[in-house]
Order: sequence, then structure tokens, then C-alpha cells
Amino acid sequence: MLHIVNKSPSERNTLDSCLRMAKKGSTILLIEDGVYGATKGGVAENKLKAAMADVKVYALWPDLEARGMQDSVIDGIEQVDYNGFVDLVVADKNVQSWL
Amino acid sequence: MTESTGGIDMDEDSSGTVKKFAFVNRKAPYGTIYALESLEVVLISAAFDQDVSLVFADDGVYELKKGQATKAVGMKNFSPTYRALEGYDIEKLFVEKESMEARGLTVDDLVVPVEVLTSEEMATLLDEQDVVLSF
Amino acid sequence: MGFEINGKTYETDEEGYLVNLSEWDEEAAKYLAAEEKVDLTESHWEVINFLREYYNDYQIAPAVRVLTKAIGKKLGPEKGNSKYLYELFPYGPAKQACKIAGLPKPTGCI
Repeated sequence: MLHIVNKSPSERNTLDSCLRMAKKGSTILLIEDGVYGATKGGVAENKLKAAMADVKVYALWPDLEARGMQDSVIDGIEQVDYNGFVDLVVADKNVQSWL
Repeated sequence: MTESTGGIDMDEDSSGTVKKFAFVNRKAPYGTIYALESLEVVLISAAFDQDVSLVFADDGVYELKKGQATKAVGMKNFSPTYRALEGYDIEKLFVEKESMEARGLTVDDLVVPVEVLTSEEMATLLDEQDVVLSF
Repeated sequence: MGFEINGKTYETDEEGYLVNLSEWDEEAAKYLAAEEKVDLTESHWEVINFLREYYNDYQIAPAVRVLTKAIGKKLGPEKGNSKYLYELFPYGPAKQACKIAGLPKPTGCI
């Protein structure tokens, strides 16, 4: 299953909800303000690193770059472009967007 | 915003009175329109020669992050505009220390020189204002 | 809306400002100036180029007050006043100079 998070972890708790309800082996894609969660030194760094033992985490690089965060992405998070976004959506049987 | 803007008065007879205005920016730059709207109001407010302060707290600190490049998302990168504020005589930019540090940022990561205030100092600054505009 | 010069089309908004800054070239400037009945001289180009540089740096068109101050700093105090700029662009540096320079209408333009 693919989980999409588009809110900043320091503004809303949707990443927390996602991490709580994402089953082992699922995929999480961080987009829009959600990409702040993928950055070193951010509020979500530790919990996301811990979760990465069980889930695969991606971040949309156009959104990282727009926010000037492209150089501070947590190691192990894979960056995708819009085509990669589509690939992730079709790769799984269902998608939950944590709006 | 109707409550907090109660102090604005642009009548002829009030010209010459200078009030302390603070614009409080608490949102990341592209996920919502708040940051850009705030910046536009700030630029317009410069025409009224008021005592303007800009406050950046919570995710608002991200508005000032260096290295923003928005080509791929097809949005306007407005971060260079913060550097124009000096030319508009808007020189009081304050960042809350706690917010900046919680995001792993330092003043070297920001596009403009700012004064870093602790939450306590920020509380005092806000309390001193005549008008607070919240974004 | 828009206009065409030598086969190249330029899109404009309802007030005649170029929609895409990147489409601007000297030909477009000459056309827009003619529309505004402004004869472009070296002094005009100085201001136009200054405005384009300013926009490139800050992503906004400056307010008139800011423009005059910045022009004075860059091109000399005899040019850094609204009288000088209004002589070059009688309907206002904001309305005319920005339009000819291909910039959007300035924020807080009066």
C-alpha cells in the first residue's frame, strides 16, 4: 500500500498518523510540505528513521528543491520525480492520502 | 483577520501617526498561499511609512531558506523578494530561535540577515505592537 | 490578447502588460513604447534595463519610491527623483516603464 503525506510534520500530525497506521512493507511518499519531514534536523527525523526499518520512504524532489531542502535529505530516503510518483501509484493496489 | 486588523486607520486626519505593525509569518512557503500573501501586504504597507516588523516563527522560518528553486514545480520562487525589503525600508526581521533550531536551521541558511529572538523576547516584541497581522 | 512582430507573438494581459517576462526582447520594448507614445532614448533604456535587472534580482517590480531611490544610487542623484522619471515616462514609471520593460505591474503601485 502507498501512503502519501503532503503536510509539514511541524504544522500537522498527518505524518504521525501515517506512521502509526502504515503496515510493515508499505511505501510512504512525501510530497509538497510533507517533504520537510524528509529533512535532517527537522522534527520528524528520528521517527522517520525508526520507521524506515519497516517501510520504504520516498520524497518528491521537485518539492524538495522548491523549498531549498534538496541538500538536507535524510540518508536512505529515495527521491523521485513526477514520473516516479506515477510509478509508485500504479505499483500498489491502493493509496491513502493523509490530507 | 478582521479582529486583529482593528487598528488600521488610513483616514486623512491620522496621517503622521506611526504605529507599530508586526506581520507574523508561520507557514511554509509553497504549501499554502499565506506566505506570499503576507509578503505582498508587507510590500504595500511600506507605502504608509509605518514601523513594520516581520516575525518568522514555526514553519514560517522555512520562507527564508536559501536555495529555493521552483522551476520543476512550476511556481514562482518569491524568496529573492525578501532581499528587496531593505530597499523598502523594512529592516526589522525577527526569527524565533526555537523554531529555527527545531528545523535544523541556522542564520547561515537564511536569504536575509535577521535578528534571532528567544520565545520570551518574541513575546515581548509582540506585546509591544499596536497592530498584529497573522499569516 | 497580444501582438506580433516579425512572426513572433507576444501575449499581453488586459492592461497591455506582457504575460511572459521571458518573451520580452528589444523589439517588444519598442512596440510597447510606441503604444505608450514614448520615444525611446538612451535615458529610457537606462531605466528599462535597470528595471529588468531589479526584477531579475528580486522577482518584483519596485514601487516608484523604491525605484527612484535605487536609480539615484545606481545612476546618480540627478536621476534619482520622480521628476526625472516622470519626464521620461509621463504616465508614471510604474505604468509605462515597467510595461515597456516587460515587467508585471508593481505591487503597491500608486
